[in-house]
Amino acid sequence: MSEMEIKSLEERFNQRIANDEKIEAKDWMPEKYRKTHIRQISQHAHSEIVGMLPEGNWITRCPTLRRKVALLAKVQDEGGHGLYLYSAAETLGISREELIDQLLSGEAKYSSIFNYPALTWADMGAIGWLVDGAAIMNQVALINTSYGPYSRAMIRICKEESFHQRQGYEIMMALMNGTQEQRDMAQDALNRWWWPSLMMFGPRDAESPNTEQSMRWKLKRKTNDELRQAFVDQTVPQAELIGLRIPDDKLKWNEERKHYDFGDIDWEEFWQVVNGHGPCNKQRLEARRKAHEDGAWVRDAAMAYAEKHANKTYRQAV
Amino acid sequence: MKDWPLWEVFIRSKNGLEHRHCGSLHATDAQMALENARDVYTRRSEGVSIWVVPSAMITASQPEESGELFEPAADKAYRHPTFYVLPDELKHM
Repeated sequence: MSEMEIKSLEERFNQRIANDEKIEAKDWMPEKYRKTHIRQISQHAHSEIVGMLPEGNWITRCPTLRRKVALLAKVQDEGGHGLYLYSAAETLGISREELIDQLLSGEAKYSSIFNYPALTWADMGAIGWLVDGAAIMNQVALINTSYGPYSRAMIRICKEESFHQRQGYEIMMALMNGTQEQRDMAQDALNRWWWPSLMMFGPRDAESPNTEQSMRWKLKRKTNDELRQAFVDQTVPQAELIGLRIPDDKLKWNEERKHYDFGDIDWEEFWQVVNGHGPCNKQRLEARRKAHEDGAWVRDAAMAYAEKHANKTYRQAV
Repeated sequence: MKDWPLWEVFIRSKNGLEHRHCGSLHATDAQMALENARDVYTRRSEGVSIWVVPSAMITASQPEESGELFEPAADKAYRHPTFYVLPDELKHM
């Protein structure tokens, strides 16, 4: 294709996005749009899959059967969400195997929040309430993203995730209605998860080089700082309602802005964790690698079985 | 290791409605594709019936052909009831 032709295709493409049209898998798209989407959608998928680890760790230690079925369902949903998103990424011409390899080799990133340990039962409350709360904030903004398969996966995920946040908040509420020891446990979990949750929205707008292009492509509909502010505004009253204190001395309602002002995020910690030096980075990747390697014989056996039975006839739909 | 083939999943949400495409998944054979579709796409009673089709079996029109395929319909207004001008007294037709 000549440079002129590409330029006119690109102009038409930008016009379609400006008109709020959706882009579908087979449509022409600029190479950079394709690559950026593969990167973002696969990071999102990896986050769902790695995100199963901190909570999966607590399934056998839930205090009641009610909590256990809820946590099981939540972790199963996360597996499902990872699968929707991998499928969406695959429509852009990358294989599942390549995607998994990128995660296991450490080449691809996932949300840094999952590199923090889940130390007590109250962490299950804090993760559902704060981490899923922040994720929903991000994801609702993505429902209107320009790439069709990603947008459809987002609709499904958002619909399913509202229970995740509610079950987390309910755990926190139950603890706050309990003994002093239980209340301390809830407060301690909030203290540890608050700042990493704010970091989930990514670097400040001024330091986020991809934001402008992503906003233009409608891959992002709101900036990192806008979403972070919305999350703080939404969460502070929820904490107050059950008697929890947000661990930030600078947190204060700003009547003029009609938003909460809040303290400085430790960006050094953020970059440390992003670059692989968080408390659990190594452990998380090792767990994924082990699961993948230990499961290899099952995947191979299933394929061999299918090939052996390839001639079997199936019940037809019509 | 061989990559498991890709399947497209169609779900009928309730009797009386058509099956609708809802996504895709990997599975070694049709039976596994059905079972995986049940776990991945119907965790909240979204369906009463599932179709799975190997993605490789689907023939799709190309966006470049959209003009010749779909544009001819645009100037055939006479296929729509509003094309025909009838007196106002005629209430229902």
